[in-house]
Amino acid sequence: MPHVLPDLPFAKDALAPHISAETLEYHYGKHHQTYVTNLNKMITGTEFESLSLEDIIKKASGGIFNNAAQVYNHTFYWRGLKASGAGRPDGALLEAIEVAFGSFDAFKELFSTAAVTQFGSGWAWLVKTAEGSLAIEATANADTPLREGKTPLLTCDVWEHAYYIDYRNARPKYVESFWNLVNWDFVAANFSG
Amino acid sequence: MAHTLPELTYSYDALEPYIDKDTMSIHHTKHHQAYITKLVGALEGHADLADKSAEELISDLAAVPEGIRGAVRNHGGGHANHSFFWALLRKDVKYAGPAADAITADLGGLDQFKEKFAAAAIGQFGSGWAWLVLSDGKLEITATPNQDSPLSAGKKPIIGLDVWEHAYYLKYQNRRPEYVDAFFNVVNWEKVNELYLAAR
Repeated sequence: MPHVLPDLPFAKDALAPHISAETLEYHYGKHHQTYVTNLNKMITGTEFESLSLEDIIKKASGGIFNNAAQVYNHTFYWRGLKASGAGRPDGALLEAIEVAFGSFDAFKELFSTAAVTQFGSGWAWLVKTAEGSLAIEATANADTPLREGKTPLLTCDVWEHAYYIDYRNARPKYVESFWNLVNWDFVAANFSG
Repeated sequence: MAHTLPELTYSYDALEPYIDKDTMSIHHTKHHQAYITKLVGALEGHADLADKSAEELISDLAAVPEGIRGAVRNHGGGHANHSFFWALLRKDVKYAGPAADAITADLGGLDQFKEKFAAAAIGQFGSGWAWLVLSDGKLEITATPNQDSPLSAGKKPIIGLDVWEHAYYLKYQNRRPEYVDAFFNVVNWEKVNELYLAAR
């Protein structure tokens, strides 16, 4: 069954001015679509053809892994964003963040540092480990915590294509703006799910 | 030695329409400068490394203390790779000379070179570089991730192409193959000959 590009959970202009409609035209319409197209081409006639995206990510390597993981990572990234997302987590999620990082502000700072300092292309993540605690990590290129048996809660794409149209070289400004867009309901659902 | 941003020997618009003025300006003044600033920061307090150029540092990473080895590899590599790249670019230079002869001998000719080099550049997943290097007296094509340099593997770079998205996104967006194709119009083959003869 071919993999398909999921609909964006918001309008292309909904995240402006933090992420422009033009960025989303390319990032969703070209980059994400290309990963889907490449994945479908590469798995045709292979043992991966009938597997779910998650199973491909766990079992594949090389180009098939790269494209499958990028399909997953981008879908996850979009779902973690919304217009006017500048809120804060609450309840059990906030408690877990405070236990793991000391405070919500300390969490934001650590996550931002992970995003800004990931050298080259990659992703910053908030994850729930197999033991149930929260951790921040950064992954290179297509790498995803899903493969390590961790539960992703939130991600920020720091490939240059995610921010170059809007911010050029200023990755820290993009990461700062990211905090205006976080869909905390999605993060909380991942945490409790 | 002082690590400073090299001046370009041409204007930011000299490579139009293949590489645009805005990209050249940001790439040189922001990206390249940031590598230099971070390299200088990493080397602070390491007086024994103060005399070494970025090229010398990345040619012998084992001699760099472990605590700053990653930063020197990334930012020293970024500095050296970008300096190399700028010096390599010029429009309308004729393909001829000893490097061209070696490309024919080792790779089969210009068309084969372009095809293999483009495949390396397009196939480098994520950020990185495509290279024509001299290795054990032979030309070969390779690619490196991020700011890794062939110098760290004992190979001499002859041609390098930056395929970080910042090198082409303003003009080509997701279309890396178009950027790679355009690059072949701005290879300064006189510089390539010079590098090849020095490396041989």
